[in-house]
Amino acid sequence: MVKITINEELCKGCGLCARACPKDLIELCKTKLNAKGYHPAVVTDVEKCIACASCARTCPDVVIHIEKD
Amino acid sequence: MAQILMKGNEAIAEAAIRAGCRFFFGYPITPQTEVPEYMSARMPEIGGCYLQAESEVAAINMVYGAAGSGVRVMTSSSSPGVSLKQEGISYIAASELPCVVINVMRGGPGLGSIQASQGDYFQATKGGGHGDYHLIVLAPSSVQEAIDLMGTAFDLADKYRNPAMILADGIIGQMMEPVELPEMKEYKVDPEKKPWAATGWKPGDKKQRAVINSLYITTEELTELNERLQARYAEIEKNEARWETYNMDGAEFVIAAYGTVSRICKAAIDELKQEGINVGLVRPITLWPFPKQAVRDAVMADGVKACLTVELNAGQMVEDVRLAVNGAKPVEFFGHAGSLMPTAEEVKEQIKRMREE
Amino acid sequence: MAVVFEKTKMLTDAVFHYCPGCTHGVIHRLVAEVIEEMGLQEKAVGVAPVGCAVFAYNYFNCDMFEAAHGRAPAVATGIKRSRPDACVFTYQGDGDLASIGAAEIVHAAHRGEKITTIFVNNAIYGMTGGQMAPTTLVGQKTTTSPYGRDEAWCGKPIRVSEMLATIEGAAYIERVALNTNANIIKAKKAIRKAFECQMSGKGFAMVEVLSTCPTNWGLSPVEAMKWLEENMIPYYPLGVFKDKTKEGE
Repeated sequence: MVKITINEELCKGCGLCARACPKDLIELCKTKLNAKGYHPAVVTDVEKCIACASCARTCPDVVIHIEKD
Repeated sequence: MAQILMKGNEAIAEAAIRAGCRFFFGYPITPQTEVPEYMSARMPEIGGCYLQAESEVAAINMVYGAAGSGVRVMTSSSSPGVSLKQEGISYIAASELPCVVINVMRGGPGLGSIQASQGDYFQATKGGGHGDYHLIVLAPSSVQEAIDLMGTAFDLADKYRNPAMILADGIIGQMMEPVELPEMKEYKVDPEKKPWAATGWKPGDKKQRAVINSLYITTEELTELNERLQARYAEIEKNEARWETYNMDGAEFVIAAYGTVSRICKAAIDELKQEGINVGLVRPITLWPFPKQAVRDAVMADGVKACLTVELNAGQMVEDVRLAVNGAKPVEFFGHAGSLMPTAEEVKEQIKRMREE
Repeated sequence: MAVVFEKTKMLTDAVFHYCPGCTHGVIHRLVAEVIEEMGLQEKAVGVAPVGCAVFAYNYFNCDMFEAAHGRAPAVATGIKRSRPDACVFTYQGDGDLASIGAAEIVHAAHRGEKITTIFVNNAIYGMTGGQMAPTTLVGQKTTTSPYGRDEAWCGKPIRVSEMLATIEGAAYIERVALNTNANIIKAKKAIRKAFECQMSGKGFAMVEVLSTCPTNWGLSPVEAMKWLEENMIPYYPLGVFKDKTKEGE
């Protein structure tokens, strides 16, 4: 099992994580706005996540934390 | 200790080393080149660092880096080169770092001449670079005094976390005089005494990590820095003004002069005395802080009719003399720009003219 | 649960001021991770530039200096010469390093100064709002090349890595990009090598990182990545331009 924590308040909604995800599991949440005014990235289906950390590696704001069983 | 004969520039360099300076970054320019030359030979002997920078700009920034590490560091140059250093000097002053800068002044403006001058008085004492800051400026009038002031410069720089400048003219740099050198001093960086220095940091350390910086992006922060600096400058003005007076008893005129020019004025004063004319001298040793009160006291003394300021420039320190006297008595100027040294004869003529007026 | 990815302690808690999608943040992280992994935090001294990374001293969790525009290699020289055991790095953009600080970087390399330089090339002046840089591509529109960079008028962009590789004192020079996961991993390896080069006393080391500036390029972060791949990488080829690290091993 993989646990991805995206600090949504610090996310700037750049979408580079979504671009990097090989499984296409990340999108910018159009229904949420953080205090900075960005649509933060969210994981759509964490069950399919392979914990490759491509999203975290490309995140310019280092707001993604990943743990795995 | 026995006296030895030394050239000013070499004496300045040796005195810096004896004051604990182990880092020198510079660039050749006449008439100060013997300073880097001497350092390049001497530093390796004592485990110090001499490095020839690619430019004056780089040299002063190397000084910034070393000063931020807490060591005693200096650079040396002459007028056009010191102009190039102004950016870095402003950053060093704003970052509250101690260091020593030597300016062996030559004629200007522009490329000017390679002969002596006092044309950089404004630049040295009024800031020189951008922003509200001051250097501590020390002006020797002999090779011995240049040696003595070198230790003072490093001590004051450390005490006030502020760059200090030795403002010498080309004659001080090039002239040989008998001197006594101080004892050799080792300087070890003490993180307790310089907690701001970048000496290494890890999480959990008692002190905070060092950030050597002059960027204060909000007006509040920048105001705070400036208030801190101005308070420090006020403290320096209160404590550190240095000057010499000469032949003040019964003087009917006072000459204000510094550096080599003050020696010419002393010769004129001695000759005038033989002719029965009593003239005193007030010689600022610190050009910043300017010894306002001492100059004012000298000019305001009973019997003194007026002040003559003599400089090897078109009239720069005379403005500070006038501010000190504040219109209470006449302050005249005599000097030459363009490295043409005023003679004792000319100074005497000026005094005699003033007597007749 | 085992941690797969976490923020390095070599970065402070300060929130990056960079625009969305700007890859400065990635580069900061890579540099910080390398310093942490090499156990160099206590010895590390960084020199921040003038440019978008001007606040880098707020982000790297070690002793830091802020340098005047372009002078970081000279400042780093003063630090390294006074503390030879320190791990000294400069972090500079293209205006800082390739324009106003061209002399300082060339001569730091020329002296074989034992420092590590991270050179961020995004082909534009970001902080001042998108003016032409020495690395701006021919035809690229900026606020001071509104008709596109004219080769006849301003010349062609400088290839800094190639230029510095010709200098004897340069021991390690590599250009990397952050456009793919694999390239990010490669970039980190290059940065690690540049720090190892310094700590083993081999000489000057620089990693040029091709970076995006979505805001001033007028593109979304994802489009900017594509623009970098299609325009920057062809002119600024990735790879190792100098490697003296193996000599004398």
